[in-house]
Amino acid sequence: MAEKPYGLIATFETPGALMRAAEQVRDAGYRRWDCITPFPIHGLDKAMGVGRSRVPRISLLGGITGFCTGMSMIWFMDSYDYGLTVGGKPLFSPLYAFPVSYELTILFTAFATIGGMFFLNGLPMHYHPVLNYDKIRRGTDDLFFIVIERVDPRFSDDNTRALLAKAGGADITEIEA
Amino acid sequence: MSHATETPADAPAILSEVRPALKPRAPMVGHGRSFSWITEKICGIAEEKTPVWWWWCFTAACIVASFTVAGLIYLVSTGVGVWGHRNPVNWAWDIVNFVFWIGIGHAGTLISAILCLLRQKWRTSINRSAEAMTIFAVICAGIFPVFHLGRVWYSWFLFPLPNSNIIWQNYRSPLEWDVFAVSTYGTVSVLFWYVGMIPDLATMRDRFASVGKTIRARVYGIFAMGWRGSGRHWSNYEMAYLILAGISTPLVLSVHTIVSFDFAVSLLPGWHTTIFPPYFVAGAIFSGFGMVLTLVLPLRAVYKLEDLVTQYHIDCMCKITLATGTMVGYAYLMEFFIAWYGANPNESFTFINRAFGPYWWAYFIMVTCNVITPQFFWFKGVRRNTALVFVLSLFVNVGMWFERFVIIATSLARDFLPSSWGYYSPSVVEIFTFFGTFGVFSVLFLLFVRFLPIMAVAELKAVTPQADPHSDVDAGAHGAARTGEHN
Repeated sequence: MAEKPYGLIATFETPGALMRAAEQVRDAGYRRWDCITPFPIHGLDKAMGVGRSRVPRISLLGGITGFCTGMSMIWFMDSYDYGLTVGGKPLFSPLYAFPVSYELTILFTAFATIGGMFFLNGLPMHYHPVLNYDKIRRGTDDLFFIVIERVDPRFSDDNTRALLAKAGGADITEIEA
Repeated sequence: MSHATETPADAPAILSEVRPALKPRAPMVGHGRSFSWITEKICGIAEEKTPVWWWWCFTAACIVASFTVAGLIYLVSTGVGVWGHRNPVNWAWDIVNFVFWIGIGHAGTLISAILCLLRQKWRTSINRSAEAMTIFAVICAGIFPVFHLGRVWYSWFLFPLPNSNIIWQNYRSPLEWDVFAVSTYGTVSVLFWYVGMIPDLATMRDRFASVGKTIRARVYGIFAMGWRGSGRHWSNYEMAYLILAGISTPLVLSVHTIVSFDFAVSLLPGWHTTIFPPYFVAGAIFSGFGMVLTLVLPLRAVYKLEDLVTQYHIDCMCKITLATGTMVGYAYLMEFFIAWYGANPNESFTFINRAFGPYWWAYFIMVTCNVITPQFFWFKGVRRNTALVFVLSLFVNVGMWFERFVIIATSLARDFLPSSWGYYSPSVVEIFTFFGTFGVFSVLFLLFVRFLPIMAVAELKAVTPQADPHSDVDAGAHGAARTGEHN
């Protein structure tokens, strides 16, 4: 496996240059490729052809779970397991159970959102071929990169290299897997 | 459908008549600093050799924190009677301190969540330190109600865990709601803080790795989760951050609402009022911004961050302090009005007693600090005088502590039956325990300044003009055209 390179990486100096290049790579029909940027660039997801994030679905599931957990927990404790009459009021009512269920909704949503983000991003992943590139450390500082993977069906060493060069990429380099 | 297809054809004709107003905006980062300058500046703070002043401050903070530790050890080994609570004042400094610290935390969440939803870009240079402040303030806050339980080793009874008493918690009690509200608040604040920090931890990992400091690179790398700045990751990350901001907003409002329910749900005159939730939330944000100013202004001076925390940022913070301070002042007035208008003799007595009774001095300090102090922020000259802003922010902190004292102590000391009236004064142990929490807070904050990026590096870069992907194309054509045509 070690002989086959992971793909090609090209460097860009400004967010604008990266964005225009990303549009070209997207329009060329590539699928297995990525941008590396030190900060989120507004509109880059569209330029990359990345759809709307699926994190909200996981968050919603988390929120529903949290609310149901709160309500059913309090119902179970106060009305089923050990009923305790407080102030002559009914054993269970969703009104007094609401504040706790509300907080649990938020708590579970937060965990689901962060867990969902990590899951969808495939993190934690401490090893990645891209990190082998010696200039990549400036990708969390002030440089911008486009990586096209070798496994992409449209990848061919010459054409992909030409595309990246035409899009304005500098230092087009092969990365080891 | 036909509608949708017709509109674009008509639109240009109308749009050509409409000119968006051009409003010059203050730059978020002064002197047009570059991306790498921002990285260098913020990461450099955590990477440099520990400065001498830091050791002095840290030592002093540890000594102050030892007061809390000693006070708590004495309390646990002796009994909760070492605090000054007596009938009828059974809630006193402990709950005052709890509400005070929780309130301070709220500005951090306001800055990180509500200002994020409102797209206030100036939040980026203060949100990290404000979120750190939130977490450390919640830690300080948690100490008091837990130790007020008396037998602190039973504090796990607060949570719905099966125990040998078999009975469960009383979920009709606002105090139990508080347990869930505050622990959720603490947890979500930590998560929000951590998620915001992941890209910056990756930056620090890469910087340590490139100078060959492998161990530090590993440690930061573990917490950075292998973040590599992938565009696909950013898309999910930004969505997750937005959702966290979206849920933290109702969270922060609910936490202080529930804290105010601790009082408002009771039947005590002076506590039993419907104005409490909004009044507490406004007060919390007011006190929190006071504390943010108290923390950020020295940081700005010590680390020469004038290009990142600009005068515009200070203006914004002062204006929010002014707005919330004025709301708090309005709430004080409205409480008096309702006490008179409600024609309940107990209620009117309570409020007259607050202002002119035995605790008149506390009421006087509260009104002076909370209502009069922020009014200085109307003046540009005051806002531009950093030292003066710092001093005024200290007054805000003092005033908000006294607000909680006035609410809690005056109402309890003079309740329904004159035969059970009393006068509360704190014990030495109580005073020292509270004094020590400033040390606990400072120790944590100093460690944060030393080891973590004190500003959101990635977010700061994203609000610079050169981060706009259209800046280098459109600046010539569009920008010039727009300014030219503007009339």
